Amino acid sequence: MTENKQSGESIVPDLHKKIKAAFKSFDYESNNNVDVREIGTIIYSLGCFPTQADLHDIIAEVEEDHTGCIPLDKFLPAMTKVLLEHKFPPIPEDLLLQAFEVLDKQKKGYLEPEELTKHMTEEGELFTQEEMEEMLTALADHKNNYVYYKDLISQLTIDPDL
Amino acid sequence: MKCNCWCFLAAAMKAAVLIQRWYRRYMARLEMRRRYTWNIFQSIEYAGEQDQLQVTLTPSCCNHSRTRVSSFSEASEKTCYKLIPVPESYTGPRLSFPLSVSDTDALLGAFKEQQTLHARYVLQLLYETKRLLKQMPNIIHLSTSYTNEITICDLNKHALLSDLIITLSISRLAALQNGLPSAETPYVFNGDFVDRGKKSIEVVSLLFAYLLLYPDYMHLNRGNHEDHIMNLRYGFTKEVMQKYKTHGREILQLFQDVFSLLPIATVIDGKILIVHGGISDQTDLDFLSSIDRHKVSGKQEALCTLLTANINTAQPPLLLPPPPPPHCPRPPLRSALLELHRASRLARARLLPACLTLSMSSKCLTWTLCPRFPLLHLRNTTGNGNRSGVDPAPRSVVDILWSDPKTQEGCSPNTFRGGGCYFGPDVTRRLLLQHGLQLLIRSHECKQEGYELCHGGQVITIFSASNYYEEGSNRGAYIKVGRELVPRFYQYQVSRTTRKLTLTQRVRAAEGTALKALKEKLFTHRSELLSGLQQYDQNNTGCVSLSEWAQAFESVLRLDLPWRTLRPHLARLAPDGSVDYQSLLSLVKENISLVVTQKLADTLFRYRTDIEIIFNIIDKDHSGLISIEEFRHTWRLFSAHLGVDIDDRAIDDLARSIDFNKDGSIDFTEFLEAFRVVHKLNNKEQQLNGKTAGGK
Repeated sequence: MTENKQSGESIVPDLHKKIKAAFKSFDYESNNNVDVREIGTIIYSLGCFPTQADLHDIIAEVEEDHTGCIPLDKFLPAMTKVLLEHKFPPIPEDLLLQAFEVLDKQKKGYLEPEELTKHMTEEGELFTQEEMEEMLTALADHKNNYVYYKDLISQLTIDPDL
Repeated sequence: MKCNCWCFLAAAMKAAVLIQRWYRRYMARLEMRRRYTWNIFQSIEYAGEQDQLQVTLTPSCCNHSRTRVSSFSEASEKTCYKLIPVPESYTGPRLSFPLSVSDTDALLGAFKEQQTLHARYVLQLLYETKRLLKQMPNIIHLSTSYTNEITICDLNKHALLSDLIITLSISRLAALQNGLPSAETPYVFNGDFVDRGKKSIEVVSLLFAYLLLYPDYMHLNRGNHEDHIMNLRYGFTKEVMQKYKTHGREILQLFQDVFSLLPIATVIDGKILIVHGGISDQTDLDFLSSIDRHKVSGKQEALCTLLTANINTAQPPLLLPPPPPPHCPRPPLRSALLELHRASRLARARLLPACLTLSMSSKCLTWTLCPRFPLLHLRNTTGNGNRSGVDPAPRSVVDILWSDPKTQEGCSPNTFRGGGCYFGPDVTRRLLLQHGLQLLIRSHECKQEGYELCHGGQVITIFSASNYYEEGSNRGAYIKVGRELVPRFYQYQVSRTTRKLTLTQRVRAAEGTALKALKEKLFTHRSELLSGLQQYDQNNTGCVSLSEWAQAFESVLRLDLPWRTLRPHLARLAPDGSVDYQSLLSLVKENISLVVTQKLADTLFRYRTDIEIIFNIIDKDHSGLISIEEFRHTWRLFSAHLGVDIDDRAIDDLARSIDFNKDGSIDFTEFLEAFRVVHKLNNKEQQLNGKTAGGK
């Protein structure tokens, strides 16, 4: 994606403000540093969908030498670049639906909790036990515990910011 | 076959990665929303504390009310409650003194059943508590050698909204398996037992009952809300008057006595200091032990600020209204100059006019203006406060009850709170060293995780009220300390429903509440917001760019919030992507049942709470009524200081129209109820419905 230099210039200050605001929410000591473990949340909240591997790359770029902290003055230019280049675009709904359908071999229209758990905790960028529990609590129907993914997708992908 | 399997596995892995990525992103968004919600609540609360008219009584007046108190001899107080008959029909707990466990159990049971304790028992309870507290020193020294682990918590019952608490805080703690106060489970409760929420009387009665029952195992520190001005502002006074119509005044008086007798600090094993707020560079525990704590009002020196965001030039000398007619004789009012200073210390450079103090003599009001922050002038940022002419005892107590720790070194006036200090790590270090202490435990600030360490672990903030702002907004925590003096933290989050709420639901609920509060705030400032926005929109298109929109909000409201992120909740987008700022007006709707001008209505909305405080102060006998003359007089002064141009005729019309009984007195509760804000449907829902699926 090529960016018109002119439009790039006019939106950069706005992007900076946005990035700073997200950064500040995790800057507990008010010293322009955040814990490296929060970076994922910050980047996600800015509208990006990086994989874990992508996150590791970014962290490697901006982390302050094994301190576990990320300073704003390194994060800002890196993140601005990410946003300007639309580096980690959102996942289109139909692709997400396909993904669920792949896992739903029998084409039931829903996934049983055991099925979903198996895939999420044994494949790809593995979920932790905690993440899995939270996902099931959040997404599973509370009567029969099935995950009706079709309904979920439209409900959960609406993001007014983007 | 094999190929198919392999293809599936590869596809399944890709699918899994996609879903994981999507889900993690969704959770991160939720976490972010939770934080923004938190910021909204905090910003509004702190901004509210700055905006409000923090009224204080001058020392002469304090003495005045104090002498009124001590004119009550011990004997007359005692007979006070003995003369109150308890009818047969009363089904609540009947306490017998000295209290036993069956009495405290009865109280606990009764309060769970929403019963109210009879006034006679309230008075007797307070009287006995007062007697006990009088024997206690200012600073309580505890030892872990004689007890089990001590539990330290702060029963901050505050709730921004209507009371979410179904069972009482104490029984909740019990339910959390820490146990009710007893010899096995000693407690230190770190202040703020009352105000906000509708069950302050019940909570504080239970606390006092346990105190009487187990004076060696139950310890209470005074908080900044154990003070009559705070009670007027934050609802405790109202709660007492509403629940006890006949004996409310006496009960309130005794409460104030008891509050002023509460110890101000607790020390465990000479090593752990527990206070409600914090310390200052002037804090000296030996000095604090020596003062007469009951003579000190909790907020005596805290100063008030009248904030009018648009004033930026000095105003001409203010001529206060002529003295009122003879039936209410008062000393002539002095004319005074309104000084405006730039607040250099405040990060947001608010413009603060002269501070306003009310001094009262008998039933009448005199308004005097004094130079802004006279006491703060005495203290510069290096902490070499010149204390000459200022009685140090009240100041040292205010510091204990109101101060907040900060990361920057040094000690500076706490301008957010209007009293106490911001104290840095060096101040903590010095004090701990000076007295051979190793830890300071305090409360006073809400923390999202229930507790927070700072100053290199030398200061712990403990906050025991979970769901402070809204269901799911934060966790509560308490500390247990044993002989080894290592604090252990216990976190909890109490949910009203038994079914576990998902994070999504909790965040959504909390967010909804925060946004509601924010919208109300926007509404009360809409005229300034609109003029700020119109500066960017010279052609009157009704739209501005997102950047300009955020800019306008930032500069007018001075709330440190992520406006761009919040925009979808607060304003619609025009088809070309710019922000339709007029949609601001559709957020909330006024609901006024009196005939007033727009300007008056705006002012009444914005300063509703301040007006309420002033009414409460004028209404010394807490009858809920003030005379029309007092109403007019107060209103004129108030509007003059706010710079709102309201002519006498409008005020008179207003006064007459709200004197519903035509008996010359105004029921100000009814008056205030007449101004309310009604929320329109969440237009975010409307926006989302209209959005197409592909528009990301």
